[in-house]
Amino acid sequence: MIKFENVCFSYENGTQILKDLSFEISEGETVGLIGCNGAGKSTLMKVLLGLLPHEGIVKVSDLELNKNNLEEIRRKLGFVLQDSDNQMFMPTVYEDMMFGPLNYGHTKEEAEARVDEVLEQLNLTYLKHKYNHKISGGEKRMAAIATILTMRPKVILMDEPSTALDPENRRRVINAINDLNITKIIASHDLDMILDTCDRVILMHDGKIIADGKTEDILRDEKLLEANHMELPFKLQGLREFI
Amino acid sequence: MSKGTNKASNALNELRDMDELANGDSPIHRLHPLVKFLVTIAYIYFVVSFSKYDITGLFIMLIYPVLIFSIANIKVSTCFYKLRLVLPLVLMVGIFNPIFEGRAGVVSMITLMMKGTFSLMASFIMVATTPIDGLCAALRKIHVPSILVTLLLLTYRYIGVLVREVAIMTDAYKLRAPKQKGIAINAWGSFLGQLLLRSMDKASELYNSMQLRAFKGEFFYASQRGLNCLDVIYLVACIGGFVAARFINLTETLGGLFV
Ligand SMILES: Nc1ncnc2c1ncn2[C@@H]1O[C@H](COP(=O)(O)OP(=O)(O)OP(=O)(O)O)[C@@H](O)[C@H]1O
Ligand SMILES: [Mg+2]
Repeated sequence: MIKFENVCFSYENGTQILKDLSFEISEGETVGLIGCNGAGKSTLMKVLLGLLPHEGIVKVSDLELNKNNLEEIRRKLGFVLQDSDNQMFMPTVYEDMMFGPLNYGHTKEEAEARVDEVLEQLNLTYLKHKYNHKISGGEKRMAAIATILTMRPKVILMDEPSTALDPENRRRVINAINDLNITKIIASHDLDMILDTCDRVILMHDGKIIADGKTEDILRDEKLLEANHMELPFKLQGLREFI
Repeated sequence: MSKGTNKASNALNELRDMDELANGDSPIHRLHPLVKFLVTIAYIYFVVSFSKYDITGLFIMLIYPVLIFSIANIKVSTCFYKLRLVLPLVLMVGIFNPIFEGRAGVVSMITLMMKGTFSLMASFIMVATTPIDGLCAALRKIHVPSILVTLLLLTYRYIGVLVREVAIMTDAYKLRAPKQKGIAINAWGSFLGQLLLRSMDKASELYNSMQLRAFKGEFFYASQRGLNCLDVIYLVACIGGFVAARFINLTETLGGLFV
């Protein structure tokens, strides 16, 4: 579904951020992208979305990412930004959710049917006609996910979906992620959330892939995590004595 | 709102209030954005074209904003409150006329102030009854280039982003300089620099997010209905009214009836 072959990215000033990344993600997988601040997780996502230029080969469903394919590729990908305030730019939740489908050329009726369907799926129908600046941070995060789902992406990318959420809303987001039956890529420091949602983890540090494997294996590996400035998930910390 | 809340976040709330006003419902809100746009342009054109000594003629033009405010269910006081920062500038415009022109200058000063105020009121009505996206869609319909319209939209959104950043940054500053009133002069440079960078960052994120949702400078999501009968009547009636007010000396004609 997604393939990176020797992908590099540098800013104009020459600092190389992504260093020779190669990996493949198959359809239906849920992959956690972990790594400390500045590891390059957000950058990787932006490269995949064609928001940043890259060297090497990026493929989405066998289409190579380049200018000609950009539109078709973006159509397959849905990106939930870290800051929902930047994601939601229309006055109301409803208008925000309609934005994508209408731009894709769907009629108002079709778009509205999708909006209702997604809202129901996420139990958010009560938010439909609320103003974006009058809903809580947790609701906004859920609404941001909803705006992306109305476009029916094949792959959903989420950048830190659980930051700044209280336990209840965090749980809500986790459940929403688990209920989605598409390919998912989730960048986060919240290793407990990764543990609850992902089958596979890619550990990044300083623009390189350090480890790539089953969630359980990587998140239990205390030495590996510590070497890359991270800690065991809380859930697994209690088990330390038994390992 | 408590006195302690910072000015920028107040300004932000007011911007958002405009969005809410624009999403309201009234016969004026329901009119086609294009019609409102054209009427507003026409109104400003006719107001500005009045002779600078024709106070009575201008007064008649006040009927339009007052009438529309009441139909749209928006208080005139809301308008003046929102415009309180801009209004003094407009009023200042004619201030030297009395010095240059003597007594006639007083009259021309007053007409100039009236022209400015009326035009502002008319623009306010349009913005307060038309969602920005509707407006953009209307502009596209009359073939204003998509790049310009997108620019308008992004500017509008950018103001929101900018104001939000100001609010966040002044709060952060105040927490670290609690005794100070406002922001110290010597911090202004770095404050503004930071502000620009941060808001540009946010604005580009926002634009990215629009692009990722297939935005290409077209406004499919705004109401796509065509003009209806009411729109046309409104357009013709308004412009007819403006022409009449401008070219027929109504006070004289009305007065003439009684002579
Ligand atoms: N405009 C820029 N010019 C140069 N370097 C930049 C620029 N923007 C970001 N970087 C650098 O890119 C690196 C990777 O940033 P990125 O946002 O991808 O990290 P991240 O893994 O998402 O971190 P976080 O967990 O903090 O979100 C960082 O070291 C950052 O300093
Ligand atoms: Mg990041």
